[in-house]
Amino acid sequence: MKELLSGNAAIARGAYESGVVLAAGYPGTPSTEILENLSRYEGVYCEWAPNEKVAMEVGVGAAMAGARVLVTMKHVGVNVAADPLFTAAYTGVNGGLVLVSADDPGMHSSQNEQDNRYYARFAKVAMLEPSDSQEAKDMVRLGLEISEQFDIPVMLRITTRIAHSQSLVELAEPVAREIKPYSKDVKKNLMVPAFGRLRRVNLAERLSRLARYSEQAPVNFIVPGDDRVGVVTSGISYQFVREALPGVSILKLGMTNPLPVQLIKRFAGQVDALYVVEELEPYLEEQIRMLGLKVTGKELLPDTGELNQGLLRRSFAAAGVLPPQPPAGSPVEGLPQAPPRPPVLCPGCPHRGVFYTLQRLKLTVTGDIGCYTLGGLPPLEGMDSCVCMGASIGMAHGIDKAVPGLKGRTVAVIGDSTFLHSGITGLLNAVYNGSDITVLILDNRTTAMTGHQDHPATGRTLMGREAPAVDLAALCRSLGVQRVQVVDPLDMARLKEVIKSEVAAPGPSVIIARRPCVLLTREAGPPVTVDAEKCKGCKMCLKLSCPAISMQDGKSSVDANLCVGCNLCVQVCTAGAMKGGEAGA
Amino acid sequence: MLKPVNVLLVGVGGQGTILASKVLAAAARAAGYDVKVSEIHGMAQRGGSVVTQVRLGEKVYSPLIAEGEADVILAFEQLEALRWLAYHKPGGTIIINNQRLYPVPVLAGAARYPDNIITLIKERVADVQVLDALQMAVECGSAKAANVVLLGALARKLPVEKAVWRQALENTVPPRFLEINNAAFTAGYGARC
Ligand SMILES: Cc1ncc(C[n+]2csc(CCOP(=O)(O)OP(=O)(O)O)c2C)c(N)n1
Repeated sequence: MKELLSGNAAIARGAYESGVVLAAGYPGTPSTEILENLSRYEGVYCEWAPNEKVAMEVGVGAAMAGARVLVTMKHVGVNVAADPLFTAAYTGVNGGLVLVSADDPGMHSSQNEQDNRYYARFAKVAMLEPSDSQEAKDMVRLGLEISEQFDIPVMLRITTRIAHSQSLVELAEPVAREIKPYSKDVKKNLMVPAFGRLRRVNLAERLSRLARYSEQAPVNFIVPGDDRVGVVTSGISYQFVREALPGVSILKLGMTNPLPVQLIKRFAGQVDALYVVEELEPYLEEQIRMLGLKVTGKELLPDTGELNQGLLRRSFAAAGVLPPQPPAGSPVEGLPQAPPRPPVLCPGCPHRGVFYTLQRLKLTVTGDIGCYTLGGLPPLEGMDSCVCMGASIGMAHGIDKAVPGLKGRTVAVIGDSTFLHSGITGLLNAVYNGSDITVLILDNRTTAMTGHQDHPATGRTLMGREAPAVDLAALCRSLGVQRVQVVDPLDMARLKEVIKSEVAAPGPSVIIARRPCVLLTREAGPPVTVDAEKCKGCKMCLKLSCPAISMQDGKSSVDANLCVGCNLCVQVCTAGAMKGGEAGA
Repeated sequence: MLKPVNVLLVGVGGQGTILASKVLAAAARAAGYDVKVSEIHGMAQRGGSVVTQVRLGEKVYSPLIAEGEADVILAFEQLEALRWLAYHKPGGTIIINNQRLYPVPVLAGAARYPDNIITLIKERVADVQVLDALQMAVECGSAKAANVVLLGALARKLPVEKAVWRQALENTVPPRFLEINNAAFTAGYGARC
């Protein structure tokens, strides 16, 4: 039976069918739905870890003890998980371990577009790259088998267009879930230098066996065609090549570390001109060139953003491989540019008032990643920076220590899920090293950005069980923060008061702005109404960046279908024109 | 049908583009086609632009539609029709819901919402269909069914039988909303626009 599945759903299905016993990860687009799907299958234990490093370690432990394991994360998550990953290549596994790295070329929902294929080479692990959902499913099984046969972690590297594209997948029955016997083996698993050196040599030997395997791996194959043009490709790019260059010879690589060097040389020998089509970095191209082969890749195609068949057609026409493309005669010539439609904080979002307030107070605000990063965009503009998850606290401390002019004027803003992911150590550092910073934890009781996943402070697990909910205030106090306060971010007067006093206070302070995400509670109070007589048209309310508020004929107007009655606009209106229901409803 | 048919569904988070593409994909499959669907929905709930690409044919490789390749653009909102117009394939169709949803930069007065989008598009594209899907859906019993009205209008343009569409709709929407959705589909299918 065939089903239309996204790559993520197919990977979950693959894990279910191939006897995966445990799966762990941390949410991150475009990887999140893998564990959400897998947790709905009977018999597979799934969990959200507080961050990717922990998820990886959970996986390494379970695999060492003999279980088949799937670990999932977005590309930048692998940065966090890199430490265990690199040494897990040395120890190897026992039960198979597949790490899914979901890359995001084009940065649809990420802060960078790093090409994680280099991680496979750097960490010395095997890598598979599917080009559709069927391959995504099949490569989970193959990855687990390779992992066990060659005693090595396997990275399944996907991209947004694999993760979030649906194509037809043949389903199969699950195999029995078995756990391989575990026996203590310190020379394999206890990486002190003396044993590490042994495993390093052993790893080189495993990799050379893997390279031989790669030469005849069924996922590396030639699609025969016109031998004037030969294209080496992998992942989603394969589909673009099939579409844009029908009839050419293709070497389709499903296993891209280690590369099948002999196969590549043989293919190059069969064709007149050799091309590489790959998204992002010249990962394949550089290695092919190092084989002494003449190859064209990034001269022709961009090394940023996504590819598509249209781009390939234009590039290969420019190179004379395809006939010149007829000029498109675009219908858009002479049209006005469509104004952008950026994502915005939802009506009633508890984050909104915080950024409005921070902007008014003219503080330096180091930010972090989550829905609340939208608070840095105009017109709220209540955030100065966003680098990576957890960075806000360390950065604020760095500013506080280095720049006297900003001392006591610097605030870090971080979400609850992000704080638990990698903010705790930053706060510990701020306490230890005597910071004067103020940390605002925006506690909306969920990981909203990625679609409302639970985390250690929500009281629930991925599999729907109740769990102890960590008390964020107590946690901060236990780290040594003396000043910890909880405020309701919809009470703007109090919020402003507290921020002002905590910023002025010596030593590190924590303010927990607590109010559940509106999409979580779906509670709506009576919508705000505007008294047009009183409205002066000053547009103060527009500064809240609320999708429900607009100006109609010079007066502000609230869309009753969108307004959930958070009453922030009532609080910022100086003319008393906005009328709310009961306060803070 | 040698070449795949490319359908681009564009709209704003919350307008129901995803459900529409689900029914479309199910109908295409039931009609025996290979199908690929690609969607970017990361920020869908936050009121951003959303786009779903659906391709059906004997064999579909790429899940993406390139510029100038969309046989049908189904725009759930005027501004989004304008935004994605470069994807229109010469000779193709554009179906536009005449609803306007103002993005925040427009609400905040930082940008202007062009006021004659439909005229501008009609000047450039021969086959443009405009309908008031929201009003039609309200007449069928719920404003929420506007996406299915649009689906009905789309259905007429694709090589899939009406009965197959109906079955796909029935398999996708919850039973208690089926009646309203059937009415919405019929209204869209029969719309003279
Ligand atoms: C290392 C890493 N892992 C995952 C992500 C994806 N991601 C971005 S923000 C975020 C969590 C947001 O949750 P929270 O901090 O609670 O803020 P909210 O969205 O709820 O406002 C996640 C999982 C990422 N950018 N980097």
